[in-house]
Amino acid sequence: METKLILELPNDLQEIEHAVEFVMQRCTTCQMQGRKLNFNLCLSLTEALTNAMLYGSAQDSRKRVRIEVIVGEHEIKARITDEGTGFDPGGIPDPTSPDHLEKCSGRGLFLMRELMDEVRFNESGNQITLVLRSNTGADEVGGEADEA
Amino acid sequence: MGFQMERLGEVTVVDVEGQLIVGNRQELKQKVLEQLENGDRKFVIDFSNTGYIDSSGLGVLVSLSKKIREQGGELRLADLNEDLRTLFELTKLDTLFKIADSRQEAMVGL
Repeated sequence: METKLILELPNDLQEIEHAVEFVMQRCTTCQMQGRKLNFNLCLSLTEALTNAMLYGSAQDSRKRVRIEVIVGEHEIKARITDEGTGFDPGGIPDPTSPDHLEKCSGRGLFLMRELMDEVRFNESGNQITLVLRSNTGADEVGGEADEA
Repeated sequence: MGFQMERLGEVTVVDVEGQLIVGNRQELKQKVLEQLENGDRKFVIDFSNTGYIDSSGLGVLVSLSKKIREQGGELRLADLNEDLRTLFELTKLDTLFKIADSRQEAMVGL
């Protein structure tokens, strides 16, 4: 059985923590434990919402950010849509390269790709979909097995 | 959730309680920069009470480290949990920071 959540947030960075907490509280039906749920998903949602508000909606307080989450038994899918014009995710440089290591921004998308099983964008680049599955190789940060 | 600061000898220690994320990163930056302007040069940020850090928080740490270095000082990090340590490894920021297992260890030789 799936649970579907839809939230619409004002474009306010202070709302992110509460929204992520709200979503996390409703993910407990998914058979996913420990770090993968509590760290990978939590951090990736925070990153996606931050990008949507800071860059997508360009901190325009009139715009809103929409979150749709589908919680399945073995999979959580989160789609975050902003009201911006989108961007080219292929144009983001590798933040771990020596030229970018000391930059103060540009790590959010990299982290989402490291922490989630699947990250994809719509064509215009104003919507990101994050997918986290149980029982896959990338079980948690660093790819190590969950502790029993 | 918040930032507690204390002075231990010549070292300013900042305890990050809860999370270091986009919603509170500027508060940490402001507090540390105020101490830097007041003449403090040796800083340890203690993450023993920190749940997670997002990319904005990582960015603020990079920014603070650069500003402190420019003033001839040093910023060290202490007591990151396994997840946070892995974040630094994934982003290769573990090569930029001296990361100690505890605040006491971080203060040695600072």
